[in-house]
Amino acid sequence: MSYQLDFSGLLPYLPELAKGLLTTAELTVYSTFAGILLGTAGAAGRISNKAWLRWLISAYVEVIRNTPFIVQLFFIFFGLPALGLKLSAWQAGCLAMVINLGAYLTEIIRAGIEATPKGQWEAGKTLGLSHWHIFSRIVLPTAIQRIYPALVSQCIIVMLGSAVVSQISVEELTFSANFIQSRNFLSFESYLVTALIYLLLAIAMRQLFELSARRLFKNPVL
Amino acid sequence: MFTLKKLIASAAILVCALTSTVSQADQLSTLMERGVLKVAVPQDFPPFGSVGSDLQPMGYDIDMARYLAEQLDVKLELVPVTSANRIPYLQTRKVDLVISSLGKNPEREKAIDFSEAYAPFFLGVFGAEDVTVSSAQELAGKTIGVTRGAVEDIELSKLVDNTTTIKRFEDNNTTLSAYLSGQVELIATGNLVATEIAKRVPTRKPETKFLLKNSPCYVGVLKGEQALVDKVNGLIAQAKSSGELERLSLAWFKTSLPKEL
Repeated sequence: MSYQLDFSGLLPYLPELAKGLLTTAELTVYSTFAGILLGTAGAAGRISNKAWLRWLISAYVEVIRNTPFIVQLFFIFFGLPALGLKLSAWQAGCLAMVINLGAYLTEIIRAGIEATPKGQWEAGKTLGLSHWHIFSRIVLPTAIQRIYPALVSQCIIVMLGSAVVSQISVEELTFSANFIQSRNFLSFESYLVTALIYLLLAIAMRQLFELSARRLFKNPVL
Repeated sequence: MFTLKKLIASAAILVCALTSTVSQADQLSTLMERGVLKVAVPQDFPPFGSVGSDLQPMGYDIDMARYLAEQLDVKLELVPVTSANRIPYLQTRKVDLVISSLGKNPEREKAIDFSEAYAPFFLGVFGAEDVTVSSAQELAGKTIGVTRGAVEDIELSKLVDNTTTIKRFEDNNTTLSAYLSGQVELIATGNLVATEIAKRVPTRKPETKFLLKNSPCYVGVLKGEQALVDKVNGLIAQAKSSGELERLSLAWFKTSLPKEL
């Protein structure tokens, strides 16, 4: 235990870290918004009365939730070009994150919808509201509110999972850490600082979600 | 006392042996007289030298040894060596030449003599046929894949400015996958790696664009055997101009010899 910490060795690489942090934040913002939309649509489809749609969505959910994220990512980046679809590393990484988050959120939001008392649907019907109106104005908001903590956690998990997209050369935070480490060999310092940045990012994300919960819901559960 | 006598005797024999080797005729005439060229070759380093399915040694180095023996009009005796013992084999005169993907460095130059380079061994930029790049400047605006932290990454990063996009991948395999799937059109790697891809996926054969770091192979010759060095150099020059080396390169490395060799 005589390791001499040398954080000054990281100083020349601060721009790299900043660039990585920015890319991670960017990926997270896009994938969180798109993932929530996809998850909501998926959940709506899963309770649809069209059997083929329910089947399609459960197939999507099962495939994504039962395969490793890195395999999904490699499939999109290295596999799809064989079918003629060539995405840039950033696009492939972002798409993989959206698809992944979408599948998990489909299940999470569906649980919220199913936990909504039947009486709410019936009350809506007696008021003469359409099926879509009942879903979008009554059931979905309460469902989201019910499963909000799980939704937040899943979004944070995907943000942390974005570390994996460094594998296909997306220059996000983990990429920066690996890059710096391969140049100055200060692994301990590089990864310690990176871990701290991820921790701060996760805390910031949770705060943001809490803030928006206060805006969105009348009686926030958080 | 008996052991001491023995010691002195063996020392005396050693001295005789040493002086007799010094007074020997030069290695070239010795081997011509003997009619056999003994060459140390690798057997565990394809495509330079490995053991084929017929248990016979094969590879670029073995063909090079065959070529030299043919030109000298002597029989060839291949002596399989490892990378650690190839120089001792030469120094103890068990072999006449070392043709074993031997690179040159100052320590080795103190121990043995070297011929001209006969085989390429380098880090370079490789890419698809239709990409025209022949220098680091021409990489501007292009995207190139490399394995992060590898020597080729460091060399490449020194050569290009930020107009070139360097995609750094986790390991060699990921870099190769990126090239093979068409995610990058250019990669920086070692020529042996490029050879391996060319063999496995001939449709996306990477062609040599330019060299990043050159460490070609030389024929090792016993220190002070200038006549043999001259002879070998002459034959290497002849092989270069006659296209013999180019033929070997195409056969074993699946690509043309770099111009710089």
